[in-house]
Amino acid sequence: MRIIAIIKQVPDTTNVRINPETNTLMREGVESIINPFDMYAIEEALRLKERLGGEPETVVISMGPPQVETALRDAIAMGIDKAILLSDRKFAGSDTLATSYTLSAAIKKLGDYQLILAGKQAIDGDTAQVGPGVATWLGIPCSTYIRKIEEITKDEIIIERLMETGYDRISLKLPAVLTVVKELNEPRLPSLRGKMRAKKEEIIKWGFSDLGVEESMLGLNGSPTQVVKIFSPPPKKGGEKYEGNPTDSAQKIFDCLKTNKLI
Amino acid sequence: MGIEVIKDKCVGCGLCVKSCAYDAICLVEKLAVIDFNKCVLCGACVEACKFDAILIRKEEKSVSNLSQFSGILVVGEHRDGVIHHVTYELVSKARILADNLGVSVSCLIIGSGISQEDLNKVIFAGAEKIIKIDNDTCKYFNDELYSKIVTQVINEEHPEIVLTGATAEGRALIPLVAVALKTGLTADCTELAIDGERRLLLQTRPAFGGNIMATIICPNHRPQISTVRPKVMKIIFDEKRTGEIIDKSSISQTAKLMTILETVKEESTTGNIADADIIVSGGRGIGKPENFELLTHLAKLLNGAVGASRAAVDSGWIPYSHQVGQTGKTVGPKLYIACGISGAIQHQVGMRGSDFIVAINKDSSAPIFDIADLGIVGDLHEIIPEFIKILERN
Repeated sequence: MRIIAIIKQVPDTTNVRINPETNTLMREGVESIINPFDMYAIEEALRLKERLGGEPETVVISMGPPQVETALRDAIAMGIDKAILLSDRKFAGSDTLATSYTLSAAIKKLGDYQLILAGKQAIDGDTAQVGPGVATWLGIPCSTYIRKIEEITKDEIIIERLMETGYDRISLKLPAVLTVVKELNEPRLPSLRGKMRAKKEEIIKWGFSDLGVEESMLGLNGSPTQVVKIFSPPPKKGGEKYEGNPTDSAQKIFDCLKTNKLI
Repeated sequence: MGIEVIKDKCVGCGLCVKSCAYDAICLVEKLAVIDFNKCVLCGACVEACKFDAILIRKEEKSVSNLSQFSGILVVGEHRDGVIHHVTYELVSKARILADNLGVSVSCLIIGSGISQEDLNKVIFAGAEKIIKIDNDTCKYFNDELYSKIVTQVINEEHPEIVLTGATAEGRALIPLVAVALKTGLTADCTELAIDGERRLLLQTRPAFGGNIMATIICPNHRPQISTVRPKVMKIIFDEKRTGEIIDKSSISQTAKLMTILETVKEESTTGNIADADIIVSGGRGIGKPENFELLTHLAKLLNGAVGASRAAVDSGWIPYSHQVGQTGKTVGPKLYIACGISGAIQHQVGMRGSDFIVAINKDSSAPIFDIADLGIVGDLHEIIPEFIKILERN
């Protein structure tokens, strides 16, 4: 029995800036990190393993260029048992349809999966589509924005899902895909032992020929969507700055909102 | 791989190197060289190159049946007994796009107890046809059940474009449908237009935390599917419009793998930030949980909702559902009042789309002032009570 976390390595978008003169992305100092939401998926896989008496095997799977290996090693350092990297030039340029197809093929090959966890979305693309997409390819149910796992048995899971005006309690038949939010847990730091293991552990690498997939459905050629234009949004500039006594400041806000017809 | 630098055109200017977020291009002897191990074929360099020296080639599949698809279908949202406003927004926008294409607009509404009054409003917004599925099993949003219904309706209706709200429901539902139909999906669009020549939907969305905008097309697959952010498109009602309502409530789809056990509303004192026109948001400068009552009071007076920064949520002062920013929600209200929020980039990516930003902060060098339309340097604990007094007087 396996609990799988699918993760993505992303540029740390908090460091991505636009150069105001050339209007291009400045990538100096942009590190690659594990997508923050996927950290909660990794952590929950580890917690569920503990909760289930250490029985299930925990696995992380990621698709991307070879340097994604560092992200997988970070997951092993946290305590994940096994890491699989899906890397092949044929996978490059995948949109969410091709990505979820490729990931689902790897999950099928791995087999014996009970639960698949992923972050609610990746911070570079913000699409939130790959988790539900994988579920559809596998023909299993999916629930998103999970903030609590109440109960898990061999063939059923009861979860709390965050909605816009509250939450839903839901029962899903297993296997299932869950995408998770920050409220679920607090990711642990890697232990020293984990870090040592992460250095030595072998990362399983699968490419096109390992997966038994249809080439026409991979990468750029298997992606229905296509980016035709990339541009910078008009830069947001600071407006008026005011400093005065509290009464004047309050009046200033009131007058400004009135003028702009906001109240 | 499908990316290529055309050596005769490349002048070695380095614009592409700067544009690459994946560190996959470098200059070797005044020529751009792409590291295929890093390149993800995102196309940013193609866009950045002023000399057309970078090409991404894609095998164009010949697709014969595109012309079988016609019209725009809006997948509406019925929540808590009413049709959600994003449905009217999208039908209004669909009307404009459809007029451009010379096709019709239909709207699918799934729920229980859908009112005639709301359905009329969908027609006034521009739908010629409503497909209504109104039965008890559809009372609560169930991903499995809803995705089966939407997929079936799309297979029957063959729309060329499908639009739905980028709400919690829409963003959970539509990826299931898109993969079931094996077509493209663009999430979270903020702009939609038609390329008249190719009859394609131009879908524009923010990426990289709002630092860049990308326009995306789905040339060879149908339908073209987008989720669209609420409160971006304008509602245009015309009460002279008429339309037909087709009742498909007896549709025989069931959920076999997913059961909704309970739905719990948590809208006690403050509204839902994803839907609010005005958000009063608090950060570390609020100091303690009780001080959020001041913000709640202000939010109520303004008929708005209360937001928070990660610092305030992590301190346990307010629940996570209020968090705005990278690991919380992205909001776009008409007015965002940031109180005691320094404005780290992680917070900014969640709120920089607000129409008007007021910031109140003691620290005059706080980064929030760089994006605030009105910045007030001062103590929020003194200013907000005064502001409340003025509001109550007026």
